[in-house]
Amino acid sequence: MNKFCTLLIMVSLLAASQAAHAALNVLACEPEWAALTQELGGDKVSVYTATTALQDAHHIEARPSLIAKARSADLVVCTGAELEVGWLPLLMSQTGNGKIQPGMPGHLEASNFVLKLEVPRQLDRAQGDIHPAGNPHIHLDPHNIARVAEVITDRLSQLDPANAATYQARGKAFQERWQAAIQRWEQEGAPLKGVPVITHHKDMTYLIHWLGMREVGNLEPKPGLPPTAGHLSELFSNMQREPAKIILRTPFEDPRPSESLANRAKIPAVMLPYTVGGDDKAKDLFSLFDDTIQRLLQAAK
Amino acid sequence: MFKIHVALVAAVVALGMPQLSHATVDAELQSIREEIKQLKQSYETRIEELEKRLHDAETKAAQAEASAASANASATQAQTAVVIASARPASESAFNPAVSAVLQGTYNNFSQNPNTFQIGGFIPPGNEGVGDRGFSLGESELNIAANIDPYFRGNLTVSLSPNNSVELEEAWFQTLGLSNGFTLKGGRFFSGIGYLNEIHQHAWDFVDAPLAYQAFLGTGPRGNYSDDGLQLKWIAPTDLFIELGAEAGNGNNFPGNGDKNGIGTWSLFSHVGGDISDSYAYRAGISYLQAWPSDRQYNDLDSVGNPVTNSFSGNSRLWIGDFVMKWAPNGNPTSTNIKLQGEYIHRIETGTLNFDINSALPVPGTYSSHQGGWYLQGVYQFVPRWRVGLRHDQLEAGTVNIGQVQNGILPASDFPILISHTPKRNTLMLDYSPSEFSRFRLQYARDQSRPDGVDDNELMLQYIFSMGAHGAHKF
Repeated sequence: MNKFCTLLIMVSLLAASQAAHAALNVLACEPEWAALTQELGGDKVSVYTATTALQDAHHIEARPSLIAKARSADLVVCTGAELEVGWLPLLMSQTGNGKIQPGMPGHLEASNFVLKLEVPRQLDRAQGDIHPAGNPHIHLDPHNIARVAEVITDRLSQLDPANAATYQARGKAFQERWQAAIQRWEQEGAPLKGVPVITHHKDMTYLIHWLGMREVGNLEPKPGLPPTAGHLSELFSNMQREPAKIILRTPFEDPRPSESLANRAKIPAVMLPYTVGGDDKAKDLFSLFDDTIQRLLQAAK
Repeated sequence: MFKIHVALVAAVVALGMPQLSHATVDAELQSIREEIKQLKQSYETRIEELEKRLHDAETKAAQAEASAASANASATQAQTAVVIASARPASESAFNPAVSAVLQGTYNNFSQNPNTFQIGGFIPPGNEGVGDRGFSLGESELNIAANIDPYFRGNLTVSLSPNNSVELEEAWFQTLGLSNGFTLKGGRFFSGIGYLNEIHQHAWDFVDAPLAYQAFLGTGPRGNYSDDGLQLKWIAPTDLFIELGAEAGNGNNFPGNGDKNGIGTWSLFSHVGGDISDSYAYRAGISYLQAWPSDRQYNDLDSVGNPVTNSFSGNSRLWIGDFVMKWAPNGNPTSTNIKLQGEYIHRIETGTLNFDINSALPVPGTYSSHQGGWYLQGVYQFVPRWRVGLRHDQLEAGTVNIGQVQNGILPASDFPILISHTPKRNTLMLDYSPSEFSRFRLQYARDQSRPDGVDDNELMLQYIFSMGAHGAHKF
């Protein structure tokens, strides 16, 4: 028992010393929110990403490492809209960390602050794994990033008032750079307007909506169900009536279905970085959009 | 402040007084009084002035605050306007908890009569088995969960058995954010010992429980070890996942058997875990369970084949070691993944064993045993939707000392179920999941649990459907 107590004390001390390093411990559910929080918080925050660009944030588990990280977090920044429904509630209930419970300032769900697309009119799992709050993959519209950046800046200032001035200044600087970048991307992306595309899952919807492209099909027969040979054939025959120019997928989606359909239809299958770290070029949010637009332009030629 | 000033001046004056002549004193006193009066007046005016300025400033600040608040409010309104588009109309049902139901059914084909199933060499908990032959409905489970308020979460799980009985599987509250990593749970809950025990049966990788769980935790073929009591859990504030937990319960369930004031059972468990790389994650743990069964009865046959009921009273201690390791390419389990899991249970029981308690002359004696058991299983998802799994179960007879037999009062054949035996079972399974919410499973097992050494070939076909709230992806 004595040894146990000593261990407890040592562990607590270790933790206390760890906590002293950065002002705020942030657990971001996805790489895009990690990158954004890092951008806005600078050296005042220490950010850990729960998922990588090669993982589907919907399908991961509440791993022990994530419970440990959530235990010490001052702020969790997640997408919400049930994207993390399989594991985020478990992190909340397992960690015994009051600061990050829903409703607390330390709990931020980005999708609550933007206008969501594809809010289902009818909720029925016969339509696949749909999200009652709407399509949760909001981050590929840069206007949504700008909106969420405002919320994160305010939240950081609220949680760490001593550094509020720094957060506000960084927030302002980011917004200026970001708005300029949006203008540039919108100019560069102008030729993409009206381009018909097929995506693997409904996770590019906001990008397509922003650039004015058209989503004419999905490789998944229903959201969340893996593509089947039958459905790919159906897509192929649909393309005779309504042709698509590009087939898009993320780095974490199986390349085989999109490549097989692309070969049959003789159109390019393109992997977009999807989020920060999705390919060699997408090192931060700016290069993520740079690379996404470049890849789309090249494929649409 | 000035009051102190004035007092000081007065004190100085008082101290200086005796050295001066009366006339000068009077004149000087007069002038000092005058000075003090002036000082007082000037201070008073200045105070008044300051007070007024302070008041003005305060009013202005309040006004500024109010306008800031209204600016905030309009910003919030703008946000709300955006969000409101997806909001549901207010109604009494808006606070309905998350409800989910699980439907299960099996088709079983056993080469041996399931009613005669026994695990040879071990005191039977009484609910061990393999299931029913032919078509049978599995447990249908109904789960209701919600946050109660900002401080507590509640969970109710009811299982409906195919024989129309209702069993309360779990009914617990749990603190939300007690902070510093502490969580308190109370009510009826699946104990945090081991790995598989906290996982509901419909989320298992095989149809039935490992033999070691059946023999030592009395889970039966489809259940979990639960208790009514309290659980305190603490998560260390480290990057390495460290969880320490303690439970106290009434000990109503095997290896305990209730009927006891105070704490009937207690347990301690600790788990560590983490990521080895993006692709590998693990969790490992050690648990300890202590129960004090008193008159825990089991049925057996005596040496001439008459049914007898024996009873054990004493001390039952269990050590459990568990580990689970998961692999998925880059941590993305969607297409392929592997899960390797194993547990070892060691049990020490000491006390008295009363032979044939229903006879006119029961025969008491001492009893002690050191026994163990383990399972190791691997499950591989080789393409999306399809998984294959292999499990090996084994129990070690260990040492069993029965006083009556050692003293020569009774022959060992009066305790046939306790005759040394090494039960084994190999299980192969294949499952197909059309979506996250449905699964079909085919399982074949070659079971050598029975004390007579006869093999049982068990073929099971199972369906599992989940409705309602999205299930949790527990590691």
